[in-house]
Amino acid sequence: MSLYGTDLLALLPELIVVLTACVVIALDPVTPASRRDLLAWLSVGALALCLGLTGWQISVENVRVSAFSDLVAIDAYARFWKVLLYSVTGVTIVLSLPYLKAERIHLGEYYGFILLALSGMLVMVSAVDLLTIYLGTELMSISLYVMTGLNRSKPRSLEASAKYFVLGAFSSGILLYGISLLYGLAGSTKLASIAGAIGTRGTEDPLVLIATILIAVGFSFKLAAVPFHMWTPDVYQGAPTSITAFLAVASKAASFAAFIRVFVEGLGGLKADWSILFLIISILTLVLGNVVAIVQTNIKRMLAYSSIVHAGYVLIGFVAAGRGDGASGGTPGLASVMMYLAIYSFMTLGAFAVIGMLRKGGMEGEEIEDFAGLAKRQPLAAFLMLVFMASLAGIPPTAGFIAKFYVFMAAVEAGLAWLAAVALIFAAVSAYYYMRVVMVMYMREPSSSSVAPPQLATSPALSFVLACAVAGVILFGLFPNPLVSFALQSVLTLK
Amino acid sequence: MEQAFFFYFAFVIAATSVLVVALRNPIYSTLALLVMFFHVAGLYVTLHAEFLAAVQIIVYAGAILVLYLFVVMLLNLKQDVRYHRQWPMAAAVGATLVIEAIILTAMKGSTTPAAATDTETAIGGAGNTEAIGDVLYTTYLFPFEVASLILLVAMIGAIVLAKKDIGEREA
Repeated sequence: MSLYGTDLLALLPELIVVLTACVVIALDPVTPASRRDLLAWLSVGALALCLGLTGWQISVENVRVSAFSDLVAIDAYARFWKVLLYSVTGVTIVLSLPYLKAERIHLGEYYGFILLALSGMLVMVSAVDLLTIYLGTELMSISLYVMTGLNRSKPRSLEASAKYFVLGAFSSGILLYGISLLYGLAGSTKLASIAGAIGTRGTEDPLVLIATILIAVGFSFKLAAVPFHMWTPDVYQGAPTSITAFLAVASKAASFAAFIRVFVEGLGGLKADWSILFLIISILTLVLGNVVAIVQTNIKRMLAYSSIVHAGYVLIGFVAAGRGDGASGGTPGLASVMMYLAIYSFMTLGAFAVIGMLRKGGMEGEEIEDFAGLAKRQPLAAFLMLVFMASLAGIPPTAGFIAKFYVFMAAVEAGLAWLAAVALIFAAVSAYYYMRVVMVMYMREPSSSSVAPPQLATSPALSFVLACAVAGVILFGLFPNPLVSFALQSVLTLK
Repeated sequence: MEQAFFFYFAFVIAATSVLVVALRNPIYSTLALLVMFFHVAGLYVTLHAEFLAAVQIIVYAGAILVLYLFVVMLLNLKQDVRYHRQWPMAAAVGATLVIEAIILTAMKGSTTPAAATDTETAIGGAGNTEAIGDVLYTTYLFPFEVASLILLVAMIGAIVLAKKDIGEREA
C-alpha cells in the first residue's frame, strides 16, 4: 500500500496553498488587528513560493505527470494557468490591503478564503475527471459566494452574494446533469474514457448532444457568456471591489481553463457541433455586452459588461480552435485564447485597483462621474487608468491590442474572416465606453456640488504592483513574443 | 418486477419534485421533498446499493430535511405568491426542452447506455459499505479530500457571514 508519496509531491504547490489557508484562518483569532497585515504577507509569500516551484517545474521538465489514479494531470497546460493564477491571486491580495482597511472589513479570514478559492481553481485547471473538475468548481464558487457578501453592512453586497449563490447553485445543477448523462454513456467520469465512448458511439447520439449542451450551459454561467450573464453586473457591483477584481479575473480564467480542457480532451470528437454552439454564444455576447455597456453610469457595472464582452472575444478564439483544420489544427486558436486571458487578467486587475483606491468622503467612489477632473488632482492615477482603459479597448501599442490581434488572426486562419470583421466592429464600439472614462478624467471639471473630492487609498506595495501592471501592459504590447511562445508550448492538442 | 419498481419510484420522484416547487405552503413543499428522498432511497435499493439507501435516509431525510423544516418554521414564511407568476414562462421553456429532446430522439434513434455491471459482481462479493470505503480512500481519495475542503469553506463561510460582532473587531 503506497502512501501516495509521488502523488503528493506532484501536487506540492496546491498543498502549500491549502496549508497556508488553514494556517491563516487558525492564526487570525490570535493576531491583533494591528498586525493583521502579516497574514496577507504570509499568503503572498506562500504564493511566491508556489510560483517559484511551478516555474522551476516548467524550466526543468515540462512533462505530464498524472496523480491520484489519473484524476489529476499536471501538464504544461495546467502549469500555464497555475502561473497565471498564482500571480493574479498575489496581486489581488496586495490590492486588497488598503481597500479592506478603508472599507473597515479587514478580516483575517479574507485571505484564507482567497487561498481556498485559489485551491479550487488549481484543482479545476489540472483535473482530468469531470467529478474532480466539478468539486474544484464548487470549492472556488462557495468561497466566492462568501467573499461577495463580506461587506455585511451594505445590503447591496448581501444581495449580490445571495443572487450569486442561488444562480451559481442552479448552474451547478445543470452542469451536474450533463456530467451524469456522460457518466451514464461512458461508465466513467474520466475525460479520456468519455472521449473514447464518444468515439465508439459516434457523434450522432442524441444523449451525447444533450449532455454537451447541458455542460456548455453550466460552464457558460461561470464564464458569464450571454444569455447566461444575468448575475454578472449585480454581483460585480455589489461585491467588495477587490473581490470583483478576483471574480472578473481569476474565476474567469480558471473556468475557461476547465471549460477548454473538458471540451477539447473530453468532447473533442464533437467539435463540429460545439463550435457552432459557441459561435452563436460569442456573437450574442459581443452584441449584448457592448450595447448595454454603453449606457452604464457605474464603473463597476461597466466593467462587468466589459468582462462579459471579453469572454465573447475569448470564445471567438475557442471557436477558431474548433474550426481549425490542416496541419496546425486548433493550436493557434487555443494559444490565442490563453494569451488573451493572461493579458486580460492584468489590465482588468489594474483597472479595478485604481477604482478600489478612489475614495469619496470615506465612501467608495464608483460612479463614472466621480472620476471627473482626476487628471488634475491625481495625474498619476489618471494616467494609469488611461493605460488600462486603452488596453481594454485594444488600442496599440498596449497588450490589449496584441491579445485581440492574435484572436482575430486565429479566426481568419480558421476561415472565419467574417466573424473577425464582426468582432472588429464591436471592438470599435467598445472603445466608446472605455474612452468615455478617459474623457471624464481629463476633460471634465468635477461638479461644484460634490462635497468631498475623491481621494486615493494606496500603499507602497500597491504602487509597486500597479507600476508592474502598467509596465507589463505596455511591454507585452511592444514585445509579445515571450508570452506567445509560452502559450504555444502550453497549449493542449486538439484531436 | 424490477422494472415495475423502477417505474413506480421514478414516477413518484418526478411527481413529488414538481410538487416541491408547485405547492404554495413551504411546509407542504418540505414534506413532498421528504417523500422524494424516501423514493430515491428505494431506487438505490433496487440497484443493490443498500449502503447508499441507508445514508440517503439518515443524511437527507433525517438531518437535512429536519434542518429545512426548522428554517421554514423559524422564518415563519407566509405563502409567497410572487414567484408563481413565472409559471407560464417555466412551462414554455420546459415544453420547448421536452419537444427538443423528443425530436432529437426521434430523428437520431434511441440510445442505450453503457452496459452496467450488476452491483454485486462489480464489488466482487465484498460488502456494500466495504466496497464504498475502499474506493473512497483509494481511487477517489483526491475528490474526497477536495469535498472535505468544500465543507470547511462552507462552515467558516457561514460563521463569517452570520456572526454578530465580526465587523467590530476592527483596528
